[in-house]
Amino acid sequence: MKTLRILGALCTFAVTGGLYAQTADNIDHAKAAQEFEKFRAEMEDSNPAELNELKGEELWKAKRGPKNVSLAESCDLGLGIGKIEGAYVQMPRYFKDADAVMDAERRIVWCMVEKQGFKFEDIAKKPFQSPNDSGAPDITNLVMYIAGHSRGKPFAVDLKDPKVREVYEIGKEIAHYRAGPYDFACSTCHGTDGKRIRMQDLPNINTKEGATKAVMGWPAWRMTGGVALTMQWRMNDCFRQQRFPEPKYASDTITALLTYLTANANGVVYKGPGIKR
Amino acid sequence: MNRKIVFATLVALPCLTTLLPAQADENYRAKAIAMIQKDFKPRGQADLDRLAEDGVQAICNRTGNHPPEALAKTLEADQMASVKWPADGKLMGDWKKGESLAQSGRGFTWSDKPGLPVGGNCYNCHQISPKEVAYGTIGPSLLHFGKLRGNTPEMQKYVYTKIYNAKIYNLCSEMPRFGRVEALKPEQIKDLVALLLDPESPVNK
Ligand code: HEC
Ligand code: HEC
Repeated sequence: MKTLRILGALCTFAVTGGLYAQTADNIDHAKAAQEFEKFRAEMEDSNPAELNELKGEELWKAKRGPKNVSLAESCDLGLGIGKIEGAYVQMPRYFKDADAVMDAERRIVWCMVEKQGFKFEDIAKKPFQSPNDSGAPDITNLVMYIAGHSRGKPFAVDLKDPKVREVYEIGKEIAHYRAGPYDFACSTCHGTDGKRIRMQDLPNINTKEGATKAVMGWPAWRMTGGVALTMQWRMNDCFRQQRFPEPKYASDTITALLTYLTANANGVVYKGPGIKR
Repeated sequence: MNRKIVFATLVALPCLTTLLPAQADENYRAKAIAMIQKDFKPRGQADLDRLAEDGVQAICNRTGNHPPEALAKTLEADQMASVKWPADGKLMGDWKKGESLAQSGRGFTWSDKPGLPVGGNCYNCHQISPKEVAYGTIGPSLLHFGKLRGNTPEMQKYVYTKIYNAKIYNLCSEMPRFGRVEALKPEQIKDLVALLLDPESPVNK
């Protein structure tokens, strides 16, 4: 039943998604933005991302990869092997076995490589869904599933851990680092309250309120293109807008930024995967 | 004379940056730069050289965008010295062309085809013509710019140089240096000057 309802919503999205593609380059940004906010609000409780969560659950529990083990029986997201309740909102965190601070997506990739025997290069080759793909990559579905199991729990990045604190401070530096042909940093677009580019609101990631807007609703089902996307993608696309070269997938730089963003939203209750414009 | 200043500051830059009252924690800053250096790969037209700071960026990054005034003044003068002017000496072009340039946000990303004309991105940050309601707010509103500020030769020169290189007037401005980085040619900047200053432009109606 639920699945049917979501599929119905998907059709509506497909139609409006096409509409948006047509108007995106037009003068009518303002109207398109309004229409979308309306749909977004209406559809929030039948988020197509729930289908991704379901697929992610299968992937989490299935024996897979060259080593034929499941993540459920091998992967520790910080709370013990297979424990996933509240794991997402406590990442990035320090993982002793990898001797690194890792965000959720990077940690799951680490488990797929170390425990299941997948090759990092194969996962990193195409980590994000594009509009014409038939579905989201496995890793996106897995992140959706894990994120869904932190619904209703407050963000709680452990800044008392000195290793996490250091990565947080580095992330803050990266967020303010201006370079490239346009002299942009994250903070050029996300450093002041109440700004926007065209009609798109730009959260100020240096404040609790802004950082909350930045991390809430991710991973997300994105109406533009009808794709499921994670924070790794969001960071990647903002570096594109920043006119930087491309950040490597699941790299320290992305973890550092996500540590900065998420910890700035500490204490705020996470609502689970959402819907974005 | 300007050449000398440019040269002097270029030589002085490395020592100046070490003497600056750093706002950033140097330890974290060094680690952040090292991290950035290893974590990117070239894509499309976006090569790794974009990760390095130039002189202006280094000073702004070092000081949290608040450089010491004396240093800012010298560097702003250098930025002025490097402005290239249109061949015919005129600073106002065609506002209609200026409007379409202001609309386009294309250019310099790894997904833009190299060689395609680059847009001005102006509406991303500024309100300009009253007809365009989908404008950004990172920069101030430029609505009625010419009506409010006039279009004397001095004003034309100010707007031309501001678009050519916004850092001339505000070293750590959030606005890109469109002429300096050759995103926009002098002819295109003229068209944008007209968009803001021409009495016939919708901006001033
Ligand atoms: C040139 C402008 C620009 C730069 C630079 C930029 N962003 Fe963004 N960012 C945007 C825009 C525009 C959006 C909204 C996109 C949308 O709505 O589809 C956005 C969205 C986001 C979001 C999601 C907000 C939400 O409501 O879901 C986050 C998080 C974010 N950016 C973080 C960053 C970080 C971190 C950096 C630096 C690595 C950065 N951005 C650099 C323009 C920029
Ligand atoms: C990323 C943001 C951004 C973009 C893109 C941008 N600007 Fe700006 N602009 C600003 C900011 C911020 C200021 C105010 C601070 C300053 O003066 O540097 C400004 C100031 C100005 C001023 C001076 C206003 C005054 O009152 O004297 C003019 C003129 C101007 N911009 C024109 C343009 C034009 C034309 C374009 C497109 C070619 C453009 N800007 C693109 C951010 C931007």
